[in-house]
Amino acid sequence: MAKTNIVQAINQALTEEMERDKDVVILGEDVGRDGGVFRVTEGLLDKFGPDRVMDTPLAELGILGAAVGMAAYGLKPVVEIQFMGFIYSALEQVFSHAARVRARSRGRFGCQLVVRTPYGIGIKAPELHSESAEALFCHMPGVKVVVPSTPLNAKGLMLSAIRDPDPVIFLEPSRLYRAVKSELSEGGAAMPLGKADIYQEGKDITVVAWGTMLHRAAEASEGFDCEIIDLMTLKPFDEEAILASVKKTGRLVVVHEATRMCGLGAEIAAFAAEEAMMHLKSPVIRVAGPDAVTPMARLEDAYMPDAARIKRAYETVMEY
Amino acid sequence: MPINTVGRFEVKYLQVVSEEGILDSALAPALSDTEIRKFYEAIILARTFNGRALSLQREGRIGTYASILGQEGSQVGSALALAKDDWVFPSFRETAVFLSLGYPLHLMIRYWMGDERGMKVPEGVNIFPMSVPVGTQIPHAAGAAMAMRIRGDKRAAAVYFGDGGSSRGDFHEALNIAGVFRAPVIFLCQNNQWAISVPRSKQTRAGTIAQRAIGYGIEGLQVDGNDVIAVYKAMKDALERAKAGDGPTLIECVTYRLDDHTTADDASRYRASEEVESWKKKEPLIRLRLLMEKKGILAKDYEDSVLKEAEAAVDRAVQEAEAMAAPDPADILNYTNAALTGRQKKEMKDLGWRK
Ligand SMILES: Cc1ncc(C[n+]2csc(CCOP(=O)(O)OP(=O)(O)O)c2C)c(N)n1
Ligand SMILES: [Mg+2]
Repeated sequence: MAKTNIVQAINQALTEEMERDKDVVILGEDVGRDGGVFRVTEGLLDKFGPDRVMDTPLAELGILGAAVGMAAYGLKPVVEIQFMGFIYSALEQVFSHAARVRARSRGRFGCQLVVRTPYGIGIKAPELHSESAEALFCHMPGVKVVVPSTPLNAKGLMLSAIRDPDPVIFLEPSRLYRAVKSELSEGGAAMPLGKADIYQEGKDITVVAWGTMLHRAAEASEGFDCEIIDLMTLKPFDEEAILASVKKTGRLVVVHEATRMCGLGAEIAAFAAEEAMMHLKSPVIRVAGPDAVTPMARLEDAYMPDAARIKRAYETVMEY
Repeated sequence: MPINTVGRFEVKYLQVVSEEGILDSALAPALSDTEIRKFYEAIILARTFNGRALSLQREGRIGTYASILGQEGSQVGSALALAKDDWVFPSFRETAVFLSLGYPLHLMIRYWMGDERGMKVPEGVNIFPMSVPVGTQIPHAAGAAMAMRIRGDKRAAAVYFGDGGSSRGDFHEALNIAGVFRAPVIFLCQNNQWAISVPRSKQTRAGTIAQRAIGYGIEGLQVDGNDVIAVYKAMKDALERAKAGDGPTLIECVTYRLDDHTTADDASRYRASEEVESWKKKEPLIRLRLLMEKKGILAKDYEDSVLKEAEAAVDRAVQEAEAMAAPDPADILNYTNAALTGRQKKEMKDLGWRK
């Protein structure tokens, strides 16, 4: 079977879901004729036509606001924001509307939409093309947040994200787009949101990571007996999987590239402290970005947590 | 009851030098031969720099780069109309504006190498760092212009953006607020017909971008952006009005992006080569050269020396840029806040960045 990368896997998920459900539409900048700057929507305009694959004006707030209206009317829009750093002007539509329509209307209206966006550092791109602002969205009640790490879960999670009745922010690690390959079958199964994957079993250290950092955390685990949890759904995250693992290992390291300050690692660490304090043999350690603006290409390697930093965290919890 | 017309509007288009190189002397601003040569020299420098940047990118010596080929007329004409103490708010496709205002070439290269120090604008140069999120810089110019008014300074702010940028709310809010406060600001839109793969016709149903000024009660006009003299005139007039207290102007420069969107793009996926070829015939240097030939101010040895000087300046800049020491990782933290927070100090130590 041919090997598929994450770009192709998401393209497959979009294709299959659009074939299955005519309410699914795509809108965004350059998603039509150009197939998206990363080619995730390549071929979809030809297949589904301009009513279902819409090249929009350059207006993120307008795109997201329109998607909220489409969802109100019953469509299932999949919005592409070209890079995560360009979503900020649309936050009002996400936070004040997409996330609250259900509560505001006491269930009369929902907001079934997906916002896909390339995310994270590591492709030596210009400024604001490397943001990891997942915590902003995790903090906001009403939205779900998903980060795939392989073609297999990218496809399965995208299928579920589109079918999910709530707004889902689907963050695609741009560094992994073409770097990770797996064998995928057509019509592959949806993977439930809210369920983590045990990427690697182990008994000494529970490591929670997602996206690009999942692979870094695994690389760094040589010489340690790590149980590596690929969180995949950041919100709602799989509390049971983390708890079961921490009870077994007694140690927890969370790795993410976003800044440590109020990052998702803080929530996971607090959760472990609240629910598994008695099982912990060491403090929970976060390996994360510093409290600094994400640098441009020349300094991005310095900024990103690397294997050495992750290993030091593993050593620290083991030696405690 | 009769239906009254409560407003009637028109949109003007300015061209001073025809495609055949003939100058309309009634419209032409007073320009000495030396001033016309300045346009030429600035365009040659920008084009030489641009060509070198593209080859440096191909050689992997700089990162993704946004070519300005074809837009030099709009950029040079408007930049050279500015006074030294005016302020500029650029997007990322403004190389010729930067260079025309004397921005150090080697810093420009450093920036495209992915080094923040390349946007450390020298003291005395009033250029705000280039804005990567499209259109977001437009309100900044409105605000700077409001500040100039509040302080009573006879200055203006100029902001550069594209046809795509005119679709963003930022654009509309900025025009509106600037109109309300009669801020001395020039909104310079380079309509280069494309926003990556999206053609101008899909940005707005409106026939021109210039006409959007009408809705905000400010001046607006369309200019042949490949006619450097026309752009210069439109900008000079707008600056004069702004500084006289007559409020903002939106200038739409009609031009064309002759290259791919950036070095990461492949424009052959979405536009016809015939379209590109037809615009190549209208590019700004051809026009200026025709004019200069007619005036007899484009001697061969002058041309050669301008090109040689430009090439030498770019050579020196590349050398200087590549000789710069690698940026210090500590600067990632050093410049986030005015002073390091306690947390940042700890991170600096943990990361081993403190010397
Ligand atoms: C807010 C925002 N959305 C998307 C992008 C990605 N992007 C970069 S340039 C561009 C097109 C810009 O078109 P235009 O404003 O016409 O300027 P041009 O590139 O033609 O100079 C897009 C979509 C961005 N940089 N910022
Ligand atoms: Mg454009």
